[in-house]
Amino acid sequence: MELGFTNAAYVVAGVLFILSLGGLSSQESAKRAIWYGIVGMAVAVLATLVGPGSGLWVASLVLIALGGAIGYQLATRVQMTQMPELVAAMHSLVGLAAVFVGLNAHIEIGRVAAAFAEAGQIFPRPYDVAVTPEALAVAEQFRGFGAVVAKKIPVEITILQIELALGVWIGAITFTGSIVAYGKLSGSSSLLPFEIDTSAKQLPGGHALNAGAAALSLICLFWFLGSGGTFPLVILTLAALFIGYHLIMGIGGADMPVVVSMLNSYSGWAAAAIGFSLGNDLLITVGALVGSSGAILSYIMCKAMNRSFVSVILGGFGGASGEQMAVEGEQVAIEADGVASALNEADSVVIVPGYGMAVAQAQQAVSELTRKLRAAGKEVRFAIHPVAGRLPGHMNVLLAEAKVPYDIVLEMDEINDDFPSTDVVIVIGSNDIVNPAAQDDPNSPIAGMPVLEVWKAKQVFVSKRGQGTGYSGIENPLFFKDNTRMFYGDAKASVDKLLPLID
Amino acid sequence: MKIGTPKEIADGEARVAMTPASAKELQKLGHDCLIEAGAGLAAGFDDAAYEEAGVTVLKGAAKVWSEADVIAKVRPPTETEAKRLKDDKTLVSFFYPGSNEAQMKTIAKKGTTVVAMDMVPRISRAQKMDALSSMANIAGYRAVIEAGNNFGRFFTGQVTAAGKVPPAKVLVVGAGVAGLAAIGTATSLGAIVYAFDVRPEVSEQIESMGAEFVFLDFEDSQDSSASGGYAAPSSPEFQEKQLEKFREMAPEIDIVITTALIPNRDAPVLWTKDMVEAMKPGSVIIDLAAERGGNCELTVKDEKIVSDNGVTIVGYTDFPSRMAAQSSTLYATNIRHLMTDLTPEKDGVIDHDMEDDVIRGATVTHGGEVTYPPPKPKVAAIAAAPKKEKPKELTAEEKRAQETLAFQQQTKFQVGLLAVGGVLLLLAGLYTPASFMQHFIVFTLACFVGFQVIWGVAHSLHTPLMAVTNAISSIIILGALLQIGSGSVLVMLLAGLAVFMAGINIFGGFLVTRRMLAMFQKS
Repeated sequence: MELGFTNAAYVVAGVLFILSLGGLSSQESAKRAIWYGIVGMAVAVLATLVGPGSGLWVASLVLIALGGAIGYQLATRVQMTQMPELVAAMHSLVGLAAVFVGLNAHIEIGRVAAAFAEAGQIFPRPYDVAVTPEALAVAEQFRGFGAVVAKKIPVEITILQIELALGVWIGAITFTGSIVAYGKLSGSSSLLPFEIDTSAKQLPGGHALNAGAAALSLICLFWFLGSGGTFPLVILTLAALFIGYHLIMGIGGADMPVVVSMLNSYSGWAAAAIGFSLGNDLLITVGALVGSSGAILSYIMCKAMNRSFVSVILGGFGGASGEQMAVEGEQVAIEADGVASALNEADSVVIVPGYGMAVAQAQQAVSELTRKLRAAGKEVRFAIHPVAGRLPGHMNVLLAEAKVPYDIVLEMDEINDDFPSTDVVIVIGSNDIVNPAAQDDPNSPIAGMPVLEVWKAKQVFVSKRGQGTGYSGIENPLFFKDNTRMFYGDAKASVDKLLPLID
Repeated sequence: MKIGTPKEIADGEARVAMTPASAKELQKLGHDCLIEAGAGLAAGFDDAAYEEAGVTVLKGAAKVWSEADVIAKVRPPTETEAKRLKDDKTLVSFFYPGSNEAQMKTIAKKGTTVVAMDMVPRISRAQKMDALSSMANIAGYRAVIEAGNNFGRFFTGQVTAAGKVPPAKVLVVGAGVAGLAAIGTATSLGAIVYAFDVRPEVSEQIESMGAEFVFLDFEDSQDSSASGGYAAPSSPEFQEKQLEKFREMAPEIDIVITTALIPNRDAPVLWTKDMVEAMKPGSVIIDLAAERGGNCELTVKDEKIVSDNGVTIVGYTDFPSRMAAQSSTLYATNIRHLMTDLTPEKDGVIDHDMEDDVIRGATVTHGGEVTYPPPKPKVAAIAAAPKKEKPKELTAEEKRAQETLAFQQQTKFQVGLLAVGGVLLLLAGLYTPASFMQHFIVFTLACFVGFQVIWGVAHSLHTPLMAVTNAISSIIILGALLQIGSGSVLVMLLAGLAVFMAGINIFGGFLVTRRMLAMFQKS
């Protein structure tokens, strides 16, 4: 009866989780959906505690409370510009937890086997041998997961080992990968004891090392299945940790949206694999949900950059073939009063924010600018490229934080046709996503990537720190166009200078 | 010269070719103006008004015909009128030379010059004398008024305390001047207006007037610029398609206004009997092409009839005449502009310059000869539309074939994938125990649910999505909770750590998501 109760609770929790993800289809329903997720989690944890959970109630609750307190601190203190780092850091925790749970499963198997051996019983019980009372007696000493393991037949044990090895492997990749991603995203303000280079760096040997580590993992898997020993599992874990580290090290900061959503996906798959090994359907369900969610996000991001998933993961901008078009003309700078007078005369303004806005913490100033322009009766809208920022939807969150209404924040497809009828476009800290070379220059490394066609507007102002190129190191012909003026300086300082000049 | 206007003798014709205002302008050109007594009465201009404007009012038509050098009138001359024309006189009126050849020849023999107002070429310079356009404009307006008069409901939709009134649906066929005027009038009355034309380039004009262009997917749609902005006859296939579309629309439409005319041809039948039968009782059809046989099959010229199913069909041909004050003013102005072009020196002497595109085009008899049809004007009426480089349009069959092919390929791919996946699964099923397969079902279904659900997530919510999936993925805590009670200290330790980390994640993830979502505000 107890098991029935737990399963019923799991069904409820599973449904709630699905609803909580589905509710994210709109801003309003999302506010309700988050509660579904919270309740679902509470139901799942409580049902496990009172059901098949094996004692140590108090200790568990205390641990959860402790973790909760830290989580609360993190969640309330983090700045919205640091969201990508936070998400990456939290992925690493899930990954590590998956590794621990997987290792535990292995230890439990060992313990059960040892107990059986001590009692002179065969473990695992051969398929054609009936359960002897002695074996039952041995099995009885185990609770929780151990008890389940004790009843398994050899095939089941093998599958269990595959599953847990898989869970550990994915979990370990997620762990180190997320830590590296965290380091790259947070840059110099890293909490890590070591500095991480934000550009793509690989050890000599490059992808061969990754492939080697993967091959080693595979060998260890078979070794582990054959011997059941701890040593191959440890090697496998170490290999996976290395892959996670080295793989993400080789990917540049600009590709982090894909990486973070990919790690999101991995943490889900790890949970699902662990679910298999523990025979827990809720873990499997939720793991699969999270896994597919991350996979779709990665797909959307890759599509937005017109690159294949593999080429992103293998790192670096590949595919530049032949000479890139030379950029002609010069970058013409402009001062704040010039920008302000153009804004005062404009009827329609589109603002294109990018990672530079996040870095400069300029979203509040931009919001204030928006408010002033709207108060003057101008149409102000925001154009968000899918890969703007370092996390899918990063810009939306920042603008929302600064109280920019979400109905004037538009996606690329919604606004791209409107640029020709726009008076002024302000590009704040974005580069590659407004690069006309993606359309004009077939040899450009970003050729074919969908971009915001800001150059079609009557006037374009680019707020930028200096003359350098973007993350991808590609020259941007937009900056040299006749209708483009460069508004140099820190994004926040620049917009602040504009504010008093707008009437 | 003396410009004279006799009273129109055609039945029900209320217009007059000269108004007091136009007479004043004509006098400024050095002309003297004559008018038959009572000629402007039906249009609301009495003789006193003409006299005040300096016009000589003459009793009887005969005097006007004999005294005036230039006769300005509205309708083509009747036989009696034609007899009154003498050699050196000039007649300015509608003439329809295409269907009036016999008379044209007789008049030409006399040496009379005839300037046909309906032959003024359609070029920008001549717009001010384009009487067809000015009359069509009135006809279009009046057609809507006439329709409203015969239609038992409001044009505009209203929600009143006494119930909801749906807006009238108006279909305007032919978006020439009359059609566009009808569209404008009907939209400003609040109706929902659809409009159709064989010339796809007018869709912009239609939409600018507030109607919806009824789009017909057809390959060789016309480019009307070659025919001076008028529609040309269309191919049988096109007509078939067009009728099909109308048939589909008929039950929905309350008011149909047809204005489709092709120069010098019978009006094409566009609204057949079965379409009338498909319409709701109380609906109204206004056929502006009734003069040339009508666009509607049931139209009776100059009459208003009611069909068996209660559809009113109006076949009046005198819409401009029904608004005589307005139409006379505009027509007289058109004539005045023509006279201005004919007297370039403003000295009251007419210089009939046959080298001038406009005058040459409008003149049908001159110097004892028939000068109709005129040569092609030197200036094209409308710049020819640049030949569009069409991305080869596919016929319906080709399109269907392509779609079927794509569908087949997709099916093949999907079935192949399913087959391979199925076989692999079956193989796995052979070697794996039932307990695994049970979980595997759950896993597969969950993946599918995940894919379906996540596609629906708004782009702007991708960051909250990641945060919430992150929180949810700490469901791994269940695994740790299951193991924490184990007898082994090592297991307890590791499981405890996992519980702790998952705890951070659960709270951190959900709280930060909530924080983010709370920030999203609508303006």
